[in-house]
Amino acid sequence: MSPSIPLQEMIRAIRSARTQCEERGVIQRECAAIRAQFRQVDNGGARSHNLAKLLYVHMLGYPAHFGQMECVRMIASPRYSEKRVGYLGAMMLLDEKQDASLLITNSIKNDLAHSNQYVQSLALCTLACMGSAEMCRDLAPEIDRLLRASNSYIKKKAALCAVHIVRKVHDLGELFAPAARSLLAEKNHGVLHGAVVLITQLCERNPEALERFRKTVPDLVQIMKGLVISGYSPEHDVAGISDPFLQVRILRLLRILGRHNETASDAMNDLLAQVATNTDSTKTVGNAVLYETVLTVLDIKSESGLRVLAVNILGRFLLNNDRNIRYIAMTSLQRIVGTDHNAVQRHRGTIVDCLKDQDASVKRRALELSLALVSASNIRTMMKELLLFLSSCPPGAQSSSCQRHIPCGRKAGGDVRDETVPNLIQLITNTSELHCYTVHKLYRALLTDISQPSLVQVACWCIGEYGDLLLKGECQETEPSQVTEDDALDALETVLQSHMSSPATRGFALTATMKLSTRITENVDRIRSIVSIYGSCMDVELQQRAVEYNALFRKYDHMRAAVLERMPVIEKNSSGHTNGETAGDAVKEIQPAAVKQTGPLLPQQPANQVCDLLDLLGGSEEPLQPSTALGLPNSTSTAGGDLLDLLGGLELTPLAPAPTVPVYEKDGVSLTLICEKTSDSGMTVTLTASNSTDSDISVFTLQAAVPKSVQLHMKAPSGDFLPARGAAKVTQMVALNNPNKVNLKMRIRISYNTSQGSAYQDTVQIDSFPGL
Amino acid sequence: MMRFLLLFSRQGKLRLQKWFTPISEREKKKIIRDMTSMVLARQPRSCNFLHWKDLKIIYKRYASLYFCLAVDNQENELLALEVIHRYVELLDKYFGNVCELDIIFNFEKAYFILDEFLIGGEIQETSKQVVNRCIESSDMLQETMEEYMSKPAF
Repeated sequence: MSPSIPLQEMIRAIRSARTQCEERGVIQRECAAIRAQFRQVDNGGARSHNLAKLLYVHMLGYPAHFGQMECVRMIASPRYSEKRVGYLGAMMLLDEKQDASLLITNSIKNDLAHSNQYVQSLALCTLACMGSAEMCRDLAPEIDRLLRASNSYIKKKAALCAVHIVRKVHDLGELFAPAARSLLAEKNHGVLHGAVVLITQLCERNPEALERFRKTVPDLVQIMKGLVISGYSPEHDVAGISDPFLQVRILRLLRILGRHNETASDAMNDLLAQVATNTDSTKTVGNAVLYETVLTVLDIKSESGLRVLAVNILGRFLLNNDRNIRYIAMTSLQRIVGTDHNAVQRHRGTIVDCLKDQDASVKRRALELSLALVSASNIRTMMKELLLFLSSCPPGAQSSSCQRHIPCGRKAGGDVRDETVPNLIQLITNTSELHCYTVHKLYRALLTDISQPSLVQVACWCIGEYGDLLLKGECQETEPSQVTEDDALDALETVLQSHMSSPATRGFALTATMKLSTRITENVDRIRSIVSIYGSCMDVELQQRAVEYNALFRKYDHMRAAVLERMPVIEKNSSGHTNGETAGDAVKEIQPAAVKQTGPLLPQQPANQVCDLLDLLGGSEEPLQPSTALGLPNSTSTAGGDLLDLLGGLELTPLAPAPTVPVYEKDGVSLTLICEKTSDSGMTVTLTASNSTDSDISVFTLQAAVPKSVQLHMKAPSGDFLPARGAAKVTQMVALNNPNKVNLKMRIRISYNTSQGSAYQDTVQIDSFPGL
Repeated sequence: MMRFLLLFSRQGKLRLQKWFTPISEREKKKIIRDMTSMVLARQPRSCNFLHWKDLKIIYKRYASLYFCLAVDNQENELLALEVIHRYVELLDKYFGNVCELDIIFNFEKAYFILDEFLIGGEIQETSKQVVNRCIESSDMLQETMEEYMSKPAF
């Protein structure tokens, strides 16, 4: 058997272990020795230090459950040192979930009646720490006895033990009520404190007890006065305040007793005014007492002068240098901003200043409070400050502040400028984890009120985008609600039909309805009918949209899912940038176009086209310019134009003035190239093909090859049909990335079918790229 | 009431843990991990109060030890700071210029002192001197009994 080393030796050995592995070795050896020692019947005086060693090992995180029975044995030992460690072990290793805990009930019972008060105190402490409901029921009469007849040392512990018992077994509150009442007459602060805590606990649990204990208000006021007015008491003084712990507890009890009760509140008015004015607020202790006083004043039925005094104290706290004090001031103001709104508004300036504080907790509180203070009169300045704050926020904080921005937006309502809508939508797309919460909240906002255009627009957009999340129902941050497909469609239809909705808002709603067609499963027919109804709407924009969406249903159903896919994250962009001024009013026939590509189909393309769709209807309200965000030049609008060629003969906007280099010219087919550097190693090459012969060329495709180290990515070509006499061109974009900066060459293979049906192929090599 | 009190070093090593509600071992470990990572991540001059689940966390750093106290939502945070400070004063009085090593090598004494100051998540004695006197008396009781049994305590 290995010799057992003293506790301190073992601690030293563990700490000197250089690696985790070594430490584990030491601990395993020690645990083995401890186990062996536990198995021995009588170990002399070494038992307590074995258990202490085990407790140390347990604190390091290693398993120590084999010590539970040893704890039980030690508690039953007659020796104080062993009892002490045994009870400590019981508090650390045994909780009410372990079966072994019941075994110590009898020992505790015996020790509660022990002649030595320190043994009694051990038992009381352990019972209050880990006593289960059965143990409490068993030992409650003992505790009650101790509450009445023992010295103050035991009484104070018994009082807190009673608090624990009442928490575990509510009915036993009745048992302790009379003893608690009589304890208030004690002089000993410890006992008084325990008594106040016990009464608080009884009043919180039981309204009848609350009624009965209201009679103690005069006694409590008396005790409190004694503490506040009395001179210096060395026993209980903390920085000039006499027993702040007791003062705070009494104030809390007074709050509970005075709530909703005029007489009780009147009885404490003077006292509260006295405490509020006399307490020294230079140190934290004083502020702790003042804080509790303020909370009490604001919670009971106090007279208005006292309330003003309380809010002023909070205002003083807001200006305090100590961050903690500013933080709790804002927490308290948050609680009363509903009831004493004007009083809090007076301090709005300071609160908004706190948005710029460096501390995250203070900032969050300031944000919540600022949002609560937003009203019709100060909306402009507040929104400015809040948007400033949001833009300077780190992303983690952004999502939580977004959550609150939404209800604020609802309040802001009609006053909000147009750019808030795109800003908000951009923020929403950026915080993907909040989509579910956002859409739920906005849906509910939509149900209650559809009069505010900005909010309705954002809500419609979100429902369309994240409709699947809305219908799924579950959402962590908000209460679950079952939204059916019909409900969502009803909401959108209400917006569509309401006379309060502007045309822009209706446009949002119609698009959202269309988007939902891919996100829901059952009510697609309903959507079709809504869309076709609007095909004959008086409003030209809506009509155009409706007809196009109808066509999506009829002819392009296979592409509908791709077209209406989820939007990519929007990058922040200069506002007001529209994509190609191709506004048209006429409704055109939709031409089929076979979109053939050599490169992978970009998922962003369909979304691109949807936005082109929206944009082509001249919707300047549309804040989304993903095509610009994706960095594609204007020529890609032709891609959308081909798929849903509404504007047939419209001129496309000319490309940016980069040098156009002809690279191939043969048989009337010409290919030109424009080079654009996009980054340090990347560039975009645009190939434009045209046909100057008298006959059409079809199935026109381009393939490209580059040196090994260069990365090539071919975007979808604009089409593959080259009409005769250069009536239209085909463009193909190629994205290149040349990280090793090798000499860039590109070989292009051109293949097409002539109008006679013969296939033609040719290759051209480009060795130099202009504009590089 | 107070829910738990944790003491840990700047490297996140636990020096003392006192739980005032029954929690499973696994849950305790998780809470310790959460607390250490949350508190150690805080900037030096930031607010001492945090929100975590439905509790308020009050922490304070004394030399190389972080004292982390979790209280119910309706408790007074400033008073909780005072509670932490009072405990440190008690330790200081007992050990004489207490440092982290004292708490490491005499952890059971730290627990005994805590048990004389707090019970069941509430303060039991508001006077420093009374608490100190009680600790000394208990220690005396232990020693006399040990002397009597002529065996060392630990």
